[in-house]
Amino acid sequence: MAVNTGLAHLSDGLFTTAIATYAIAMACYTAEYAFGRRGRVAATSRIETRVLVGAGGPSVDERTAVEPPTARRSDRRTAGERLGRLAVVLTVVGAAIHLSSITLRGVAADRVPWGNMYEFSSVVGVIAVLAFLGALWRAPQIRYIGVFVMLPVILLMFLAGTVLYAKDAPLVPALQSYWLAIHVTAAAGSEGILITSAVFTVLFLIRQRYEAVTARAGRLRFPVTLGARLPAPETLDKVAYRTVAFAFPIYTFGVIAGAIWAEAAWGRYWGWDPKETWAFIAWVVYAAYLHARATAGWRGRSAAWINLLGFGAMTFNFFVVNIVISGLHSYAGLN
Amino acid sequence: MRYARLAWRRLISMRTALVLLFLLALAAVPGSLLPQRPLNPAKVDAYLHTHGAWGRFLDRIGMFDVFGSAWFAAIYLLLFVSLAGCLVPRIRQHARAVARKPLPAPKNLDRLPESGSFTSGDTPEAYARAARAVLGRRWRIVQRDEPGGVVTLSAEKGYTRETGNLLFHIALLTALVLIAVGRLFSYQGSVIVQQGQGFCNSPTAYDSWRPGRMAADGRIGPAPFCIDSLNSFTASYLADGQPSKFAADVTYSKVRSDGTDGPAVHHTITVNHPLRLEGDRVYLINHGFAPKVTVRMPDGSVQHDQATFLPTDPTTYLSEGAFQEQGPQGAGKDVGIEGFFAPTPTVGSDGVVTSVSPQVDNPVLGVFVYEGTLNPNGLPQSVYSLNKTELRRIGQANLRIGQTTRMPNGVTVTFDGWVPWVSLSVSHDPTQGYLLIVAVAAVVGLIGSLAVRRRRLWLRITPAPAQKPGSPTVVAVGGLARSDTGNFTTEFAGTLSRLRDAATPVEPALVGAGKE
Ligand code: HEM
Repeated sequence: MAVNTGLAHLSDGLFTTAIATYAIAMACYTAEYAFGRRGRVAATSRIETRVLVGAGGPSVDERTAVEPPTARRSDRRTAGERLGRLAVVLTVVGAAIHLSSITLRGVAADRVPWGNMYEFSSVVGVIAVLAFLGALWRAPQIRYIGVFVMLPVILLMFLAGTVLYAKDAPLVPALQSYWLAIHVTAAAGSEGILITSAVFTVLFLIRQRYEAVTARAGRLRFPVTLGARLPAPETLDKVAYRTVAFAFPIYTFGVIAGAIWAEAAWGRYWGWDPKETWAFIAWVVYAAYLHARATAGWRGRSAAWINLLGFGAMTFNFFVVNIVISGLHSYAGLN
Repeated sequence: MRYARLAWRRLISMRTALVLLFLLALAAVPGSLLPQRPLNPAKVDAYLHTHGAWGRFLDRIGMFDVFGSAWFAAIYLLLFVSLAGCLVPRIRQHARAVARKPLPAPKNLDRLPESGSFTSGDTPEAYARAARAVLGRRWRIVQRDEPGGVVTLSAEKGYTRETGNLLFHIALLTALVLIAVGRLFSYQGSVIVQQGQGFCNSPTAYDSWRPGRMAADGRIGPAPFCIDSLNSFTASYLADGQPSKFAADVTYSKVRSDGTDGPAVHHTITVNHPLRLEGDRVYLINHGFAPKVTVRMPDGSVQHDQATFLPTDPTTYLSEGAFQEQGPQGAGKDVGIEGFFAPTPTVGSDGVVTSVSPQVDNPVLGVFVYEGTLNPNGLPQSVYSLNKTELRRIGQANLRIGQTTRMPNGVTVTFDGWVPWVSLSVSHDPTQGYLLIVAVAAVVGLIGSLAVRRRRLWLRITPAPAQKPGSPTVVAVGGLARSDTGNFTTEFAGTLSRLRDAATPVEPALVGAGKE
């Protein structure tokens, strides 16, 4: 089956367009974050304004402040507010372009569009964006945090488009299995969501540090200064937890699907191949995170660091294991 | 005794579980960074060779077989003892909680984290009925009467959370047991089969045989079947040389219990699609080339041979191997040939032939021909290379199919062609099907554990005091989140408003006048 090069090129073009759209969206989020809502800071933290119920999915409860209703009305038309709305529109448009790029990539080669690192990164990126949009749906007031989600996504996509790029091609025999669709979808889905969790965790640590430093009237330095405009630490912590709680079963399912595929492809369901080993490590660390959240003395900061450790293991598995440590998972499509 | 109990308490605490989980993750790291003997013994040897004392030290502490090492086993066994230890009391507790009725309502519902109250025109009994209908079946509800005609409802939901959590952890324990049992009863063999050849599923047939303890002791025997013949092997490639399909067409037969062969069946094994037979699976692992030669020996006799060459380059499938042609015993007139096979040959500027593609296109067989005694010490020897201690090089040539090279002493070598070979691997693991069921149970348990939230709700429905007939019934509601308090405030507010909506509105006149 030959590749439709026209469509493949179109997909590449859309990919670049998506990055550009995200970049503009990020600029808007940044503008909103920096200028738009000064009123927020004073009100942050203690007012309970809205709590959002999720059915099954990651639901977000917001104890953060949104300005009191009157202030909000008068604020409504500020430049910051308008920029924020524009940012969300751009994010949605970017995600639509991004999804078309992925779809065309698959159509061009008549296969699932996640057969190498470039495509996988692209899918993880779009899922992270969608996970953020999902959280936004539930908790519109976290909108101005968008800048911190777009940043890693753009970075990932930039890496994907440059270092990891591989031309559209049919799959090698080892990847010709419907388990590719199942296993890699679960992996990309959970990893995209876990990216947003890591972002919220970093923001949680910053905000917590910010509160500690301001409490003793210490001097603020970057990046702790960012904490001034962030939601209450409890909120960030809870969103981080909910996203992990949502992603962890998917990740678990992804690992199991990988084991089923390995049984069909390599004759054993588990063989401690480096890729498998690091999937195991990341899984165990995220399990430790969930445990830490239920263990006295480990909640809060310690748990947050464990979350980041898990994210580190997952990232290591994707970049270092795929590129540097070779194993059976000849997946990168790089050489 | 006291210390033993203390130690046990400590072992089954959450904190210990957390530490052990960390250790487990940490211990797995060297297993991915250092070469591992079960995966790649050659790489381990190379590492040992280049790292001297440091390498030997790592070897002594099991770093080249991390996942089979005593310390890795110690960590996961401790973790699982801890898990079993903490599961038993939790199961007992949970069983009790499930069996028990929801607790009676506390005295002051407004002291609970969430509370509210409203009035109703219904009698307590009637409102209690309405409230139960609102809450529906997801809540377990118990109705109690208190003095003075007061009715209370105690409602609880979210038992699934703990049930799911227990199911998940029990599934993990079971999985470990199944993995261990599977390893005892498993076996794995691999064999190279040239086109036209076959093998039967028996330890002696395999080039490499890795039995579990029970198979090694002969307590379980390999399933009775034979791959009678590799009829053909086809490798398909795209225009740019990327492989698109590998398929091995085989004929197999099961051996009946009376020892006779069953009917021969045709089957095509491809990557990702093993042949599943009698609880065993036959996999297509690799493929390669077996060149055929005709050799005229020093004494004038003619020998035909074909030998398996192993790919030395995984992308171009440049392969190497050897032919060993015995002459008369002890005459020192054996002929040995070491060679390479270039499927799509190209000649470099230095005149060296290599391959550019795994597809076969006018291949070249490079031969280095030796004369002497092939196997002077009579020990088992590799079939892929020559022991050259008593061999003398007599010539070399690069041959296309059909070409012959002639040595000064009259020996000739003709490259007749080639056949493909495949490497097949046979695996047996009796517990993997059960393991899959357990894994599914673990995921189901996990979803229940992470998606369900435990909630308690109480209603105290107080009738109008006797001396003030007609004043409305008062409903006080209190709520408590027993896990994952996340969004309980809104959840409670929602429930409260639904409960309020179910109350018959109190007529204003009635409220004002306080009489019928
Ligand atoms: C074999 C290693 C273990 C793994 C992979 C593991 C994994 C997990 C996971 C993923 C959760 C999250 C589910 C949830 O939050 O409800 C969890 C929860 C829990 N685990 Fe484990 N666990 C292990 C061992 C243990 C041990 C040894 C204990 C006992 C000390 C334990 C006690 C608990 C408890 C009490 C919870 C509930 C926490 C909560 O309410 O959030 N686990 N475990």
